[in-house]
Amino acid sequence: MTANNSLVVGIGNEFRRDDGVGLILAERLKARQIPALDVVLHHGEGTGLMALWQGRSLAVVIDAVSSGKPAGALHVIDAVRDSVPPDLILFSSHAFGLAEAVEMARSLDQLPKQLWIVGVEGQDFKHGQELSRDVACALDLALETVLTLITSPRADRAA
Amino acid sequence: MSNRVIKVDALARVEGEGSLYVRVKDNEIKEVRFGIFEPPRFFEAFLRGRHFMEVPDITARICGICPIAYQMGSIQAMENALGIVVSEPVRALRRLIYCGEWIESHALHVYMLHAPDFLGLPDAIQLAKSNRELVQKALRLKKIGNDILEAIGGGRAIHPVNMRVGGFYRIPKKSEIKPLIEELEWAIEASHDTIRLVGGFNFPDIEQHYNFVALRHESEYAIHEGRVVSNRGLDTDLPHFLDHFDEEHVKHSNALHGFQKPGKQPYHTGPLARYAINYDRLHPEAKSSAKEAGLGPVVRNPFQSIVVRAVEILQVCLDGLAIAKNYVEPDRAFIEPEIKASVGHGCTEAPRGICYHRYEIDDQGLVKTARIMPPTAQNQKIIESDLFNVVSANLALSDEDLKWRCEQAIRNYDPCISCATHFLKLTVDRE
Repeated sequence: MTANNSLVVGIGNEFRRDDGVGLILAERLKARQIPALDVVLHHGEGTGLMALWQGRSLAVVIDAVSSGKPAGALHVIDAVRDSVPPDLILFSSHAFGLAEAVEMARSLDQLPKQLWIVGVEGQDFKHGQELSRDVACALDLALETVLTLITSPRADRAA
Repeated sequence: MSNRVIKVDALARVEGEGSLYVRVKDNEIKEVRFGIFEPPRFFEAFLRGRHFMEVPDITARICGICPIAYQMGSIQAMENALGIVVSEPVRALRRLIYCGEWIESHALHVYMLHAPDFLGLPDAIQLAKSNRELVQKALRLKKIGNDILEAIGGGRAIHPVNMRVGGFYRIPKKSEIKPLIEELEWAIEASHDTIRLVGGFNFPDIEQHYNFVALRHESEYAIHEGRVVSNRGLDTDLPHFLDHFDEEHVKHSNALHGFQKPGKQPYHTGPLARYAINYDRLHPEAKSSAKEAGLGPVVRNPFQSIVVRAVEILQVCLDGLAIAKNYVEPDRAFIEPEIKASVGHGCTEAPRGICYHRYEIDDQGLVKTARIMPPTAQNQKIIESDLFNVVSANLALSDEDLKWRCEQAIRNYDPCISCATHFLKLTVDRE
């Protein structure tokens, strides 16, 4: 394959405020030009995600979530080991989105060897491009978390 | 006195956010509302003042599943306004990219969103567990659709960027189209299997005498060009579309409800309408396959729309293969538009039905007014009409089973609620 074995995907909608946090983090990561790492900004349609991560050693997907935790809280899910918790709402209007793609890929043995979901708790999903304050404050920690997953993917992490 | 309320707060397996409310009193349906609460997006308003060349890349953003419909509709409207007629090879390339959109959209709906209804499964994940090979086939089919969009659309399957007013920014090389041939040959075989599979499903025994409205072309199964024709005698060109159709705001929906004039007649657009109006334009192989699946020239059972979609997948795979095999790179990528104050109209068959555009531009090429009528907005009245009939015929069902049947009836239309507004809540009140 021409693609690198490691992949980071940022998903969301840049015009729905905190929903754009995954895209912003992916942009920042892309700017670092890390060798042997593909960074993709994605709309979040599930079958497209499956095609992106199939055959990879490692994939990290960054998305905005809503679970009732304080805005800016980070969720790190080992999606190979665990299902996406049902109380974690991944913001998508797609009928077949990230959560469905993870479970579909699991059923078809098409998960990457390691698949991490980094969720950033959002607060405001209305129209607009500005992140809410607490989500903006969480960007640095979220980026560090993703970098740790990429550079030492087997380390035990709890969020 | 018996009162009954059935409620679905979030309809699954549709694109976007919507709700359904049904109220029944003494076994008589008092109210059916298919509501769309996804916030309006005001595309028509913020297109005003934009340069006409910007419009196609903005309208492509209306939908992630059917961006070609919105992009090509606006391009053709601008070309109509400015008197541009593209060359035959450019026209063929446009049809090919539209075939790709139909393949990826229909494959997603048939297998991932609709088939679980007929197999008694909650979703496609359970389908993957019970029939792994089938789902793998569906994913490959969908990917072929995406591959076509990427090959022609500038490397992007979602919100492609290569189409423009007057043609394309860059002409795909023959070497970029050639790999699609083998994939489409596989897809044709897979489409036959799909028709056989879904043709064998059990369908509720409900038929409606629809007012079907679709595009009709003089020689093709209409996708990206044609006159607007109904099965009740309407036959109009695009400039007169608004003489016959309009929209209205209703309290319970953020999407306008389309209707046909005179009065406010509901009409049905999408696969069943296209199939009924263009049956004689189907490829012989698609027609024969439809017949084997038990379909006549007109299908009035909305639940059989899944079979018609499967036939349409075959149709566009056959069309796409012929175009890919005969592809010659056009001599020029585009015709440079000459700006003039004018009005233009465009209409194409999005996977879910006709998608109409009208733009008025000034002598600087700036948009003065814009009008876009998405297929789901046009189908809202007929969806409510179907729901009324489905509830009437199934009042003996338990609330839970009735809710399931109602959701299935809505999925018959593959509604793209995000497009129409520019999730579904179901409430049934039994008083």
